[in-house]
Amino acid sequence: MIGVLSELSYWQVTSIRVVAGLVAVLLVAGTLVYAHLFKMVSFMQSRLGPMEAGPYGSLQLMAEIGKFLQKEDIVPRRADRFVFKAAPFVVLTSTFLLLVVLPGGPDAWFISNDLGIYLAMAVSSVSVIGILMAGWGSASKYSLLGGLRATGQLIAYELPLLLAVVGVVIQAETMNLQEIVLAQANGEIFGSGVIGNPFIITQFVGFLIFMIAMQAELTQTPFDMPVAESELVTGYMTEYSGLRFLLFFIGEFATAGVFSAIAAVLFLGGWYVPGLDPADNLLNVLGPLVLFGKVVLLTFLVFWVRFTFPRFREDQLQRLAWKFLVPLALANIVVTGVLKVVV
Amino acid sequence: MTPAGVLAAGAASGDLFVAQNVFFGVIALVMIVSAIRCVTTRNVVHAALWLVLVLAGAAAQFILLGSEFVAVTQVLVYIGAIIVLFLFGIMLTKASMGDDDSVAGEKRLMAGLVAVLLAVVMGIALVDSYSDTRVVIDEPQRFAAVSDAIFSQYIVAFEAVSVLLLAALIGAIVVARKE
Repeated sequence: MIGVLSELSYWQVTSIRVVAGLVAVLLVAGTLVYAHLFKMVSFMQSRLGPMEAGPYGSLQLMAEIGKFLQKEDIVPRRADRFVFKAAPFVVLTSTFLLLVVLPGGPDAWFISNDLGIYLAMAVSSVSVIGILMAGWGSASKYSLLGGLRATGQLIAYELPLLLAVVGVVIQAETMNLQEIVLAQANGEIFGSGVIGNPFIITQFVGFLIFMIAMQAELTQTPFDMPVAESELVTGYMTEYSGLRFLLFFIGEFATAGVFSAIAAVLFLGGWYVPGLDPADNLLNVLGPLVLFGKVVLLTFLVFWVRFTFPRFREDQLQRLAWKFLVPLALANIVVTGVLKVVV
Repeated sequence: MTPAGVLAAGAASGDLFVAQNVFFGVIALVMIVSAIRCVTTRNVVHAALWLVLVLAGAAAQFILLGSEFVAVTQVLVYIGAIIVLFLFGIMLTKASMGDDDSVAGEKRLMAGLVAVLLAVVMGIALVDSYSDTRVVIDEPQRFAAVSDAIFSQYIVAFEAVSVLLLAALIGAIVVARKE
């Protein structure tokens, strides 16, 4: 593949990457909605879920998109028109930027440099601005309260998320996600390199913190105070309808997919398949599929938790972040640092 | 072509960074317009949102200079933290929808004066120090180089700033607790 890619000109490679990015966002979001939100939850609740559109309701998604596209795009009279209309795009931009750092194979990457996980953490915070824009621009008290809750929560859980990553960065000695994958592929557990060294084994505490903080960043239950439907209708999304609601919806599930992919790269070995040479050309095709499988697995956990646990109270939520996760993540960094130097 | 390749190609063709110069102009224009709108708008939330564009423009300029670390830090700290705190504070206290006439009233003259003075002082300082220096960018700055510099050459300054920030943090808590 590297032979093919190097023969293409800059704009051709860029076009391929743009298409791959669109596919990665839309296809993953669609799969998650169908497999987890429609089917998995239905089975958990002893019902069948959508069955009418297509075999086993597999075309339900198309029907939903058609429904949303037909709906009127309503802007509340007192709303700030431009801010209101721009907000979903800001949130979606953040998702697309997050995707850029993900490697899918030895040569199948968007960007591969030192920025890596640092860039991901930086652009993930941009979505907060979009949420605040939506909350304020709607000129509705439910939206504003939802936006404020979302912001407080996202700020609080960004810190444990970042600190959980630091342990992995110390162990891999790089912030480049591609090299983090290679570090896991070339690593050894107790002198055996059969499955490499996925960091979930040595960084299990970091993995747990990352998953909890990720759940909060995605505002999924038990951290769904910002969209608490019994109190705030749907929080900052209350006034949105039609296409713009659909954009928020896609953004929510695509971000769940991208965050899970980052977790898979950091802790589960990313695109690497044990037994193959990490530079093998086959991995350029197999790698994205393996990564996708890990994403489905991790998002399964996310949605399992989402439909199992009740909602946190606001003070419980903040206490968990500041008094439990942050100190634990700091302790994890100290232990990892000491072990890195000693061992 | 990689960014390093683009930069190297620019360096090879007689130091004429055509693409960089064009994009510098475009981004600078966006930044200037946003900055002017930021101080002339009568809506506080709009002002904060215009400021986002200015800061994002600054981050983009750093990328053009090959300073990726500074660019990403700009996004993380200014857009992701400071602007969010601005907006959070504004919305938590008062966030009227339309224009607010109490914004930017009689203090305009004073603010303009300070801005002009600052621009003159910084402009003179920059021209005086760097007018005959030519910055050569062969390749993007490495992250590792930044951290090596911080934790060896500038370790004392780094630690001093850390303590200063901690002091400010504790001071803020003390001030807030008194009320």
